[in-house]
Amino acid sequence: MTWLTIIIAGIITYFTRMTMVALVDRDLLGERVKEVLAYVPSAVFPAIIFPGIFINDYGAFIEMNDPKIFGAIVAILVGYFSRNVIATILSGLSSYWVIIFLL
Amino acid sequence: MLTKTQLFSKGFLAVAPHMFSVIPFGIICGAIGIELGFDPVLVYAMSIIIFGGASQIVFLQLLSGGASALIAITSVGVINSRHLLYGAVLSEYLEKLSFIKKLLISYIVVDQGFAESNKFFMKNKTEQHLHYHLIGSGVTLWIFWQLSTLAGIVLGSFVPEELGLKFAIPLTFIAIVVQDFKKLDHVIVMITCGLSSLLFFDAPFKSYIIISPIIALFVAALVLRLKK
Repeated sequence: MTWLTIIIAGIITYFTRMTMVALVDRDLLGERVKEVLAYVPSAVFPAIIFPGIFINDYGAFIEMNDPKIFGAIVAILVGYFSRNVIATILSGLSSYWVIIFLL
Repeated sequence: MLTKTQLFSKGFLAVAPHMFSVIPFGIICGAIGIELGFDPVLVYAMSIIIFGGASQIVFLQLLSGGASALIAITSVGVINSRHLLYGAVLSEYLEKLSFIKKLLISYIVVDQGFAESNKFFMKNKTEQHLHYHLIGSGVTLWIFWQLSTLAGIVLGSFVPEELGLKFAIPLTFIAIVVQDFKKLDHVIVMITCGLSSLLFFDAPFKSYIIISPIIALFVAALVLRLKK
């Protein structure tokens, strides 16, 4: 039973990936829609970023002095100026660690 | 003009830094499945059949909590529906591929691969075999996802929880969007999405993950109209 559930979930997931690439003709999308699609990364990823920072494992809002907020700010500054993905992630993580382990 | 191999390696290199978040997340994902008491084969099979980190964890948590199969499936569908948006963006660059190739390449479209390959595509529209970049990024993420979930299943959560490595996930996506902080229109769209995701966080089936992008895209359409 669980196997069947996984397979159905897998097929649905595959369709979310495949539908717009293989089944839907791009000409069906109007010019306006295509222009709006340029914003997809900015419109999707903050929905992963914000809860990942501001909501804890128990689904509650964190305090404003939570080390994750500091880590995120450091990561944003380092990322913005360095344009380097590794530097962004590591600076965020290490500044977070400094606070939780050393302070 | 870049060769297929060069494009593939560029795809690989573009997602390589994201392994800081993918590997710990994969380990957590595999370990959670075992901790919740599922058959190891089943937990691993999800990495191949579903291949979507957040949705795999939610799926297992729901089933172990006694939720119905229908609810578990619906949640996976809702969480992964964001791929429809990725597909819509990528279709511009994959248009010329044969139907079979489109079917195959679709399987490896995931967040970080989409994000990095899309950035490359926007800057290199004239390249010929652009899809090799996506294959490079997607295959890399696929392999590391398989290995890390497998490691989590076999070894348990050997990464100490105190390290808080889950925090690497928002950081990895900050690294993806941070260069767009220069553009006011993008910042408006990002803040709309982020605030919406907090507002709708408790909506059923984790639907905040698709509700907030839809709201943000409406705001994007509005911003576009104002710019003209």
